Amino acid sequence: MPRFGMVIDTRKCVGCMDCVVACQTENDVPSGFCKDWLVTEVRGTFPNLSMEIRSERCHHCDNPPCVYCCPTGASHIEDWGKMVQITADKCIGCKACLAACPYGARFAHPDGYADKCTFCMHRVEENLDPACVAVCPTHCMYFGDLGDPESRLNELMNSRKSHTVLPEAGTSPRVFYLT
Amino acid sequence: MRSRPLPPKRGIKVIERLPRRQFLKITAATFGATAIGTFPAGCGFGQSRKLATGNVEKIATYCEMCGWFCGAIAHVRDDRLWKLEGNPLDPGCRGRLCPRGTSGIGAHYDPDRLQSPLMRVGDRGEQRWRAVTWDEAFEYIAERMEAIAAEYGPESIALWNHGSGGRFIYHVMRAYGCNNIVMPSFAQCRGARDIGYKLTFGAEVGTPEITDIANTKCLVLIGSHLGENMHNMQVQEFAQAIENRATIIVVDPRHSVAASKAKHWLPIKPGTDMALLLAWMNVLVTEGRYDKEFVAQYGHGFDQFAASIADNTPEWAAAETDIPAETIRTTAREIATHRPATLVHPGRRANWNGDDTQRSRANALLNALLGNWGRKGGLHLRAGWSLANYPFPPYPPAGKPPVDNPNGRWPFANKPVTTGLRDATITGEPYPIKAWVVYACNVGMTMPNPPESRRAADNLDLLVVIDTHPSNTAGYADVVLPDTTYLERHDDFYLGSGRQGWAVIRQPVVAPPGNQRPSWWIAKQLSQRLGVAEYMPFEDMDEYLAKRCELSGIDYDEFREKGVLMGPEQPITIEEGATISFDTPSKKVEFYSDQLAEAGFDPVPKYTPPDDAPAGYYRLITGRAPMHTFSRSQTNTLLRGLMDENEVWVNADTAAAANLENGQYVLLKNQDGVVSNRVRVKVTQRIRPDTVYMVYGFGQQNKMLKSAYLKGASASHLNTRYKIDPLMGATSIHTNFVTFEMEV
Repeated sequence: MPRFGMVIDTRKCVGCMDCVVACQTENDVPSGFCKDWLVTEVRGTFPNLSMEIRSERCHHCDNPPCVYCCPTGASHIEDWGKMVQITADKCIGCKACLAACPYGARFAHPDGYADKCTFCMHRVEENLDPACVAVCPTHCMYFGDLGDPESRLNELMNSRKSHTVLPEAGTSPRVFYLT
Repeated sequence: MRSRPLPPKRGIKVIERLPRRQFLKITAATFGATAIGTFPAGCGFGQSRKLATGNVEKIATYCEMCGWFCGAIAHVRDDRLWKLEGNPLDPGCRGRLCPRGTSGIGAHYDPDRLQSPLMRVGDRGEQRWRAVTWDEAFEYIAERMEAIAAEYGPESIALWNHGSGGRFIYHVMRAYGCNNIVMPSFAQCRGARDIGYKLTFGAEVGTPEITDIANTKCLVLIGSHLGENMHNMQVQEFAQAIENRATIIVVDPRHSVAASKAKHWLPIKPGTDMALLLAWMNVLVTEGRYDKEFVAQYGHGFDQFAASIADNTPEWAAAETDIPAETIRTTAREIATHRPATLVHPGRRANWNGDDTQRSRANALLNALLGNWGRKGGLHLRAGWSLANYPFPPYPPAGKPPVDNPNGRWPFANKPVTTGLRDATITGEPYPIKAWVVYACNVGMTMPNPPESRRAADNLDLLVVIDTHPSNTAGYADVVLPDTTYLERHDDFYLGSGRQGWAVIRQPVVAPPGNQRPSWWIAKQLSQRLGVAEYMPFEDMDEYLAKRCELSGIDYDEFREKGVLMGPEQPITIEEGATISFDTPSKKVEFYSDQLAEAGFDPVPKYTPPDDAPAGYYRLITGRAPMHTFSRSQTNTLLRGLMDENEVWVNADTAAAANLENGQYVLLKNQDGVVSNRVRVKVTQRIRPDTVYMVYGFGQQNKMLKSAYLKGASASHLNTRYKIDPLMGATSIHTNFVTFEMEV
């Protein structure tokens, strides 16, 4: 059984936001919302600067507070791939998950349910990369099975330094950033 | 304590510690929940539960969100445009479109686009219109053109042209006898670079650039902001260079995205790049680190060149550029170490300071010293492909020479100069220009100092704008004709060249939403009314494209299906077996240029110091953002969601001294008292204290562009002190100074 995750090479990312619009078109994200976004973190003072650009989204945490707080079971960990998903029909729009997510990855869809990145499950099921990964002009994103020790993801993680976002939240995120 | 996370609908988050203020500031770009705006009902969004369902038809075409012309596959679901993906067969994008290309559907759904032909009511620039039929518009245009041609000759009707859609407008104008046809891509963009390279190597670097970034071991970017400048394959190769651990050296007054990837970032004082280039070459020559074999075999006038740059030491350049002499020396040695697989990128938009051809020549000479012409990891040779042309009748001979470059005012211009056309329209010399047809150009924002463009327009008897959007220029027009977007029309093939030649097909993927018509149809209608219908003999574009394919021995149906066809492979580097030659007067690489000396210019590039800023003023420089193209994408429904106004970047120390807060609005006033629209301040460490920066293309002034009207500031409106390159007529953009004024 795969355990999907993502590894993103921040050295290659140029912050063009192609991932954001590719997701918006692929998933018909309603206007004014997005399921992935960009964080630019600048350190230092002129002229001694460093900068990390990160494409962020739902981290599909192994320890997901959004799932634990959901009163109806709409938010759940999908059996196949272990991705965090939302069953829109079960969602009552209480927004508990929006508050629980430390990453602000969720939003209230105008149709009345919580929504967020699905890792493009409909594409992954067809053996395609998620839209953000497939579009990236710098090829800085890698999607695959973290459980497979032979996967490109693990190869990258083993050869490069990486970090997650807000590890102190204890959510065990499954999106890793190579530095 | 971390603040509550921002909702992701904001799309972007910038975290920058600003030490002087002693707090962690988290800012978001200014597009909030409302910025993307509302889509017209049922425009394909907001149907989240219906994902990949429905009937999906895939149609190959090519993108025109910029001039890279990437092959694209449009996905049309249940007759509505759903998404665009890159065509994997296309060498310009290798299956991945850039953010603008991905957002092409937002151009189709854009509610601010032109819907119907319009004719002016009231005075020019008043922006009062009445919608008219196509017939009425064509009748008016043809009548005016015939009157002008009868009184002044067809040469007095000029065309401003840009992009693939202008192909048949150009054709019909030429057929009618017009010969004043200009493209801002020369004097307002890459002309100076191409002439600098032509004078040196006898060849232009062209588009796509012949830069072998993928294989380079050392990439030098001087003002090139790859990653923010989103020319697709170049950015892909830039990422490859990063992955290959190539040494990257970035020279930029601003800590660009590329600078953040660099081993060496040299935050140069703007306007002094020539000094750095001369000093780098001085180190290579005095330390004997240049490619002596290449120079001996292919160089012309090397000794005169070496003597000319003998005094341009790193110590001399340090005082001019603000870069320590030791850094100049270290980076020069590093550049030399990797030759010939070092690539000094020629850049693209080169019109910075008014001496840009000579600076580009210095850039070319640095590459020449590295012996990287036709080498792997350097500048590769260009491989192209051609298809048979449609058998059109020849154009009539022009009655008079064009007005743009009288008596060789700019002796090395090899394309028509916009600057000269505008001047001639103002002065009426050497003969009057009485009509402008403007196709997909925004004269009002592309050209420096818009009041001059308005003065020129005031002399016209006819100003026709053909565009998808109501540009600033359209706001001044007599007749505005609504073009279809590239997704709704056929165009001619795009023939790409670079590592290998290729051809891409453009075919309509959706119907236009209103009374828009494709530019080829507009051209055909005009040809009939102007009595040159024999130049547009085909019924429709299918017929035209099929004919070209037939004459080229290509299967049209296969082309339509695949979208991209590749030309023959051929060697493009010496490593692959190619041979090199140079089409200069000496047939060698011209370190010393006799033709420049004869014309009274510096035969070896020389440094001129930039003007000093008046007290309390800062030099204004401009550049691109990856999600916008010029001034034409600001109302795209998706792209304005990513960036709906520009910001002025101000160094944190400068901001503190000027009492500016991050995110506040400010007005910029230039040295001549011209004041900009209000623009948000981005307080940052990522720029020199003496320089401010804006992405250009914002500050739109056409009221019909509802979602972009007066959002952000326009750099061209502040460009009153532009300098004109004496070699080829380029107009500088980085020669103005601004100060801050508070909003009242």
